[in-house]
Amino acid sequence: MLKSLFPSEIALGLAQAVVASLLALVVVFLARRRNIHLEKDASVALLRGIVQIVAVGSILALLLKAPRWSSVFLLTAMIVAAGSISAKRAKNIPGAAKVSTYSIAIGAGLVTAIMTWAGVIDTAITSLIPVGSMIIANAMNTNGLALNRFRSEVLAHTGEIETALALGATPQATIGRYAESSIHSSLIPAIDNLRSLGIVWIPGLMTGMLLSGARPMYAAIYQFVVIAMILASSGLTSLLSTTMIQAQVFSPADQLLLKGAE
Amino acid sequence: MSGNERQPPGTVLRAEGLSRVVPGKAIVSDVSFEVGRGEVLGIVGASGSGKSSLLRLLNRLDEPTTGTVYLDGKDYRQIPPRELRRRVGMVTQRPFLFPGDVASNLRFGPAQRGESLTDEEVWKLLEQVGLPGFASHEVSVLSGGEQQRVSLARTLANRPEVLLLDEPTSALDEQSKAGIEELIAAMARDHGLACILVTHDRDQARRNCHRVVLLEAGRVLQSGPVMEVLGA
Repeated sequence: MLKSLFPSEIALGLAQAVVASLLALVVVFLARRRNIHLEKDASVALLRGIVQIVAVGSILALLLKAPRWSSVFLLTAMIVAAGSISAKRAKNIPGAAKVSTYSIAIGAGLVTAIMTWAGVIDTAITSLIPVGSMIIANAMNTNGLALNRFRSEVLAHTGEIETALALGATPQATIGRYAESSIHSSLIPAIDNLRSLGIVWIPGLMTGMLLSGARPMYAAIYQFVVIAMILASSGLTSLLSTTMIQAQVFSPADQLLLKGAE
Repeated sequence: MSGNERQPPGTVLRAEGLSRVVPGKAIVSDVSFEVGRGEVLGIVGASGSGKSSLLRLLNRLDEPTTGTVYLDGKDYRQIPPRELRRRVGMVTQRPFLFPGDVASNLRFGPAQRGESLTDEEVWKLLEQVGLPGFASHEVSVLSGGEQQRVSLARTLANRPEVLLLDEPTSALDEQSKAGIEELIAAMARDHGLACILVTHDRDQARRNCHRVVLLEAGRVLQSGPVMEVLGA
């Protein structure tokens, strides 16, 4: 129906965005009737989402004419933004943004670099940017989950941690097991995605490849490759961030800094 | 300031001008006192008077905003925190035992320094706190009083010179409370430990303490021999 009303591709896209947003707002309205107030968060997120993705689309349109190495700058900017966004899950932990940015840079950056070097990811901007951004976005989510869980675990076990400190334990000995459980729980979505691949969901990248005429078998295998890369980068990011964040919650005199109000 | 201070003979721990300020409020203000070997010093005050906050400054679980503590005449900021906390042991209101059996809890502190308690040493510690034969018991099946005794034994396993006790009997019944009080007295009398007992219970302070520091809103209201400060 929309296609007949909007012959221009961009106008059609915007109209489709409006319809999808309206549908999301209907759900927000339904939630409101059950006293769940998502109006502000959902409206801001929808607006931010469309502005950001249109901006990226415009940059991609420019980059298509730019040299291949220029994609490194865009991916670096994405890593910095991802670090800052997921650090918000580690409220009151000093240095969380730095820890998140370093972890995502190493976790997502290393996997992307190795896979590009090995020829798994094509160096063309149209391939490197979308696949790289998927790896970074998933590393960001995993990092946010790991830091959020770590924070909750530390706050829930302040008594145990300080008891161990009072008995002469090192900070690492007191919170090691909470860091381990944070890593484990942060990786559940990535592992479940891999488990349910093709059974419960057909990811966007595969859909896109099919729509652009790729052979279904190659599209399917490549989708597995991307999900496996996501697991590798998410795992590395989570391992690094939970290791680095441990030092941030203690003072140089081995005092727990992250705790409830005194 | 010199790292070493002159102090009366027998003094193990001396707090000098301790304060702790958190955003918006002073929770401990300019508190000074000392405690000697074999002495039980009471920190007495109503709920919210800063007793527990003061205690946490003594083993440096929190950092004083001003002031310091001298342990055997040495400024505690010059003592590595892990060594300081071995020497200044703490028993908290809730015991926070680690999952596992009683013996593994007792072995926790020494294991942090790479030391291992023998079965005989575990047995002696448990006998000392009135729990002989409890080494292999799972901590999850212990009563509140038994858990607090294990917590005390776990702290004693580090061979501390000072024992900080933060309302150790507030969650216990009368019988368990009397048992823990007897143990504290024995630790001071028989082992020469300097004990600092935080309590809101003035009767408990009268029964157990030689001297008391009376706190109100983080400040010392009065200090001295227990009968002088709290009356008979």
